[in-house]
Amino acid sequence: MSTIKQKPAAERKKSKSIWTESFRRLLKNKTAVFSACFLILMFLFSFVGPLLSPYGADAMDVTLMKYPPSLFHWLGTDDYGRDVLTRLMTAGQISLTVGLASMVLSLVLGALLGAIAGYYGGIVDSMIMRIADILLSIPSLPLLIIIAALLSEFKVPTDYRIYIVMMMISFVGWPRLARLIRGQILSLREQMYIKAADVLGLSSRRKIFHHLLPNTYPLLIVVATLQTAAGILNESTLSFLGLGVVAPTATWGNMITIANNLIDFQKRPWLWIPPGMAIFLTVVAINVLGDAIRDVLDPKMKGR
Amino acid sequence: MRFIRDSGMPAENKRGVPVKKYVLKRFLQMIPILLGISLLIFFLFAMMPGDYFSSNRKLTPERLNELRALYGLNKPVIERYFIWLKNAFHGDFGFSLQHMLPVTTLINRYIWNSFIISFVALFFTWALALVIGVYSATKQYSFFDKLVTLGVFASLSVPSFFIGLMMIKFFGVDLHILPIGGMLDTGSNSVGFAYLLEVLRHMIMPVAILTILSVGSLTRYFRTGMLDVLRMDFIRTARAKGLKERTVIFRHALRNALLPAITLLAFELPGLFSGAIITEQIFGWPGIGKIQLDALNARDYPVLMTLTMFLSFLTIFGNFLADVMYAAADPRIRIAKKE
Repeated sequence: MSTIKQKPAAERKKSKSIWTESFRRLLKNKTAVFSACFLILMFLFSFVGPLLSPYGADAMDVTLMKYPPSLFHWLGTDDYGRDVLTRLMTAGQISLTVGLASMVLSLVLGALLGAIAGYYGGIVDSMIMRIADILLSIPSLPLLIIIAALLSEFKVPTDYRIYIVMMMISFVGWPRLARLIRGQILSLREQMYIKAADVLGLSSRRKIFHHLLPNTYPLLIVVATLQTAAGILNESTLSFLGLGVVAPTATWGNMITIANNLIDFQKRPWLWIPPGMAIFLTVVAINVLGDAIRDVLDPKMKGR
Repeated sequence: MRFIRDSGMPAENKRGVPVKKYVLKRFLQMIPILLGISLLIFFLFAMMPGDYFSSNRKLTPERLNELRALYGLNKPVIERYFIWLKNAFHGDFGFSLQHMLPVTTLINRYIWNSFIISFVALFFTWALALVIGVYSATKQYSFFDKLVTLGVFASLSVPSFFIGLMMIKFFGVDLHILPIGGMLDTGSNSVGFAYLLEVLRHMIMPVAILTILSVGSLTRYFRTGMLDVLRMDFIRTARAKGLKERTVIFRHALRNALLPAITLLAFELPGLFSGAIITEQIFGWPGIGKIQLDALNARDYPVLMTLTMFLSFLTIFGNFLADVMYAAADPRIRIAKKE
């Protein structure tokens, strides 16, 4: 009996040190620190940058249309005379927000449904996992395109498009997560400490939220980074196709749509190369950071 | 490892059944999912408020109703689903009003254009990933290995449309060495060898992009697999026997590292026919991906719906094939049953 009594306390202590230890090891990884710094910079660029810019994001200047990069407009101006650098910043706000929000949403949905499926098993499990199977079997880009087209048909106001894009991306993102979490819960459920929780008569809710899900946090953190990267990529692809966030709201993806115009594409690369590079570098940084976090939390995977 | 776990079925179902029975069971499991997908997709499309006729403003309301009745668009959704299902079993997937062709004919016409670039890209992806992955695994932590790791991340993170545009800009517009789109030059009527050469020239960039996009994850897969095997005792034994390093790598390690990869090939199967929506769109390549977007813009829903279902069916079939190959190739799955 005494071993069972001591176990939770010992585990709590150990798990605390695992987190600080992991963080310490993460700081030793130079590429991870570099990526993290880059991401922080990107956030500052997007959210603080517009405040420092002398131009408004939507301020038009008809005397300076389609101007190449210069000392005053570092990345030139677009066809309405708007400063491209400032637009890049405000577009970053939307792109990063959509990426993060869709990550949180699909994480909550996936973890919750996965945990419920794994914990209760039986018919609940089959129902949830069959839905996940169905959603996973439809390739995600065609599915996103269809849903986007459907919503365009319903004439959703453009201001709300950003929330809808978040929901769409989470809708195709949660099944993979649910499957991962369910697998973890299935093996955790069989462990002794859950038997102890059963004996203590803890409620299902308490077992799921206090004893099962916290043990999947390392996995969740890694998946969260990957999901954010996927969210940003998905948003940019949809917006590039004109099915995501649409003008006048700028995102990195829909800024590139200007490349569909042959003249702008050939003669004015400052209009579409910067947003493309912003997407690329941000997603690389997130992926590198996610990989480093995985190395730290799961030492078995180190160096792979 | 992600690929293997991705098999559409919970992992525990894979264990402990002889191959034949396993295949049958796995096959039967596909049916409810296929039906579920067809229901979901059908209702998604049924929810669309417009159809091909309503986007044509020249039609009078009477004529519109007449046409919609003619094509059965005014019946209740459930009834339409079962009519669709019955026709689908007879191989009739509807009629594309945009192209004035049966959908199956249309798909058959374009699918091979998609297949050819996907197939060539698949070949290059596997060849490159195998060589780079194995080589960087044998030189872990070297400069080359670090470069490969960086390249893998770049490949995983680059938006397909952006790299496509950059390549067109660089090779097509600035350097003028490659055509910027399409499958043939405009107004071309070359035949025979010249025709082949022309198509090849147009293929270079789409194939390069598809390769760049998929080579990253596969390289990583081979590198990880190789690193796993190289740590095993039998490799140490082989080295201790005094075998040449080349023999150890290629005879002993590579063969074992390749075994799990055969299931990956099964996952690649759907990709061969599914077309690449973004790449085909950017290069104007007349494939499945492009007609999919065209169908979307023209509200040609029978085409879009059939394509989406077709892609999903291919994915499920690829999963099925991968599971079966996995069970056939890895005797541990069969042995597990006897315990």
